[in-house]
Amino acid sequence: MQENKKEQNHVHYYNSLTRNMVLIIIFISFTPLLLVSAILLYYFQNSYHEKVIAHLEEVVEKHKQNIDGFLNEKLANIRILVRAYPFKDLSSEAFLQERLSMLAEEYGGVFVDLGLINEQGIQIAYAGPFKLSKAVYSKAEWFKKAMKSDYFISDVFLGLRNLPHFIVAVKHKWKGRTYIIRASIDFVAFNSLVENIHIGKTGLAFILNEQGEFQTNPRMGISNNKQFYRDFISKKAIEGKITVLEKVNDAGQKCIYVMSPLKNGEWILVYQQDTSDALSDLHTAQKLIFIIFLIGGIAIVITAVFLSKKMVNYIKLADQEKEMMNEQIIEAGKLVSLGELAAGIAHEINNPVAIMIEEASWIDDLLDEEKECKSTKNLDEFRRALKQIRNQGWRCKEITSKLLSFARKTDTNIRAVQVNDSINEVMELSEQRTKYSNIQMKANLTRELPPIHASPAELQQVFLNLINNALDAMGTKGGKLEITSRIDGNYVVIDIADTGEGIPRANLARIFDPFFTTKQVGKGTGLGLSICYGMIKKMGGKISVNSSVGMGTTFHVYLPLPKDENNKNRSSTKKIFINEKEDK
Amino acid sequence: MSIATLLLVDDEVPFVETMSKRLAKRNLTVLNAFSGQEALDVLNKEKKIDIVILDVKMPGMDGIETLREIKKGYPLVEVIMLTGHATVENAIEGMKLGAFDYLMKPCDMEQLMVKVQEAKDKKSNHEEKITQARITQITLRHE
Repeated sequence: MQENKKEQNHVHYYNSLTRNMVLIIIFISFTPLLLVSAILLYYFQNSYHEKVIAHLEEVVEKHKQNIDGFLNEKLANIRILVRAYPFKDLSSEAFLQERLSMLAEEYGGVFVDLGLINEQGIQIAYAGPFKLSKAVYSKAEWFKKAMKSDYFISDVFLGLRNLPHFIVAVKHKWKGRTYIIRASIDFVAFNSLVENIHIGKTGLAFILNEQGEFQTNPRMGISNNKQFYRDFISKKAIEGKITVLEKVNDAGQKCIYVMSPLKNGEWILVYQQDTSDALSDLHTAQKLIFIIFLIGGIAIVITAVFLSKKMVNYIKLADQEKEMMNEQIIEAGKLVSLGELAAGIAHEINNPVAIMIEEASWIDDLLDEEKECKSTKNLDEFRRALKQIRNQGWRCKEITSKLLSFARKTDTNIRAVQVNDSINEVMELSEQRTKYSNIQMKANLTRELPPIHASPAELQQVFLNLINNALDAMGTKGGKLEITSRIDGNYVVIDIADTGEGIPRANLARIFDPFFTTKQVGKGTGLGLSICYGMIKKMGGKISVNSSVGMGTTFHVYLPLPKDENNKNRSSTKKIFINEKEDK
Repeated sequence: MSIATLLLVDDEVPFVETMSKRLAKRNLTVLNAFSGQEALDVLNKEKKIDIVILDVKMPGMDGIETLREIKKGYPLVEVIMLTGHATVENAIEGMKLGAFDYLMKPCDMEQLMVKVQEAKDKKSNHEEKITQARITQITLRHE
């Protein structure tokens, strides 16, 4: 139950760790991205908007000048005509015809016709394609207005000819009478001035009069709602300046309107474009930024999740390893303190045992003196009992001294060691165990091995570890443990062969790793073989293992001969090998 | 007549008591001390002591320290170190400092008697030589 709870706690801890890491990474990454994007977008939008408006203003301004110029020029043409020629000529239709054709030559088809109209509004002379001689204009709006000022440009209207046109009229006084020279301007020619203005998909220009009526023929798709235009014409009173406003039109489209007065404010040049069209580049940029932001965001989230998971996994592994290490260190520490305890006990027991032996000996001494006792039939029994006490005391002493020799701090001083002696010592120590587990222990030691340079304590430790492992491998089922010492080249080789369960192939590569153990938790530290490995390496030797599952395991320990011994022993080594072969 | 005068030094009182009884029975004069300092005091009072049997492991002033003091103050007194197994190294160090020999505790009485005899002989030998040397010196001085 508790274990389960602990595990749940751990899972919870790692999950929250992952979550926190993900959130922190996302927050840290997104904040600057978001800020930079927003700031850039904001400034870009503003400046781009300004730039677009400025550009439109410029276009409109140019065209306003253009149109005003056109109108003024046409007016000037007529005025020159009026002032340059006497009334007699002007009243002659032939002359007008001549002038008209001259103007047509000069300006293309802009001037449609010319006419001279008297005070009563009757056209007394006319040159042009229409049959308008003697036409009466006294009721016409433009005539009334033209009579009031020196010159006049009319709105576009259909007139008698039933074609859209407008009139440029100049008042002329002759012998106390007022005449008007007028010219019709072709609508198509004028229209083209404005029609040519188109920017983007929806950008177009048109001219309105004060009543909000179209003076040009705008391209299709423009609402003909006079009220709508009149609204903002009246609102934005004509001030002789360019005005810009954004408004939603009838079609529900948000549009930019750039307006400029024409003809002294009688007409207005309007440029209209859908806002979205005018700012299409901006929208493209916005879209691009959004897409980059989206992709970047997704990438950040994925990376954050992935990285955090990976990191937390590493942390988890490290934690697990640490926990395992802790357990093993505690285990090792326990062993060490157990060793120290054993040493202390052994030492303390030594003194009472010594006293016991002394006392028994003392009784023995005293028995010699007692004359009366000599006749006692139990004297022999007394002596036997005393001897037994002493013998058992000595046995205790031996046990304690063995315990002590192993619990002592390892003496790492290197000196000349007889490997066989070391093996014998360790075998003696292990004898007890082999008896209990029904194992036969056999030593095939090559006599007169040259001494090697090593620490006797470490050598003992190596052998004891290997023998203990061999005994563990055989368990209580019994088996055979064979220890062989021999010379092979420059090495003294010790083979420790058991008939135990063997080591699975998968584990063979790992047996020398520290903390690798197949024993139950608490039974083994997994340090034995790795310590052996380290010690043998330190001595300049090597250790190898052959094992087959079910058959047994053999460890080979190679310990180097001292350098000066190498040469001496080479010949004898060979001899030994030959002998071995002969034996076979 | 006693073979030699011994000083037995160990902090284990029962051990010392029994041991001294056994040694006394074997024709030795035995004095007891239960610490290093006490041993030095006894040595100071009793000039006849030939051999000190000294335990290595004692609380307070330990065997090695005591040995050093003894060798400083009474160079002719022979010291036999007595040791448990764990302190063999100390015994060896003691030998280097001039102890006559060392024995493992508990020790075999015959073995101990042999060592005591040897130590006594060595000391007697030394003393004889010193006496001889002094006689010679005095003789020469008079000539």
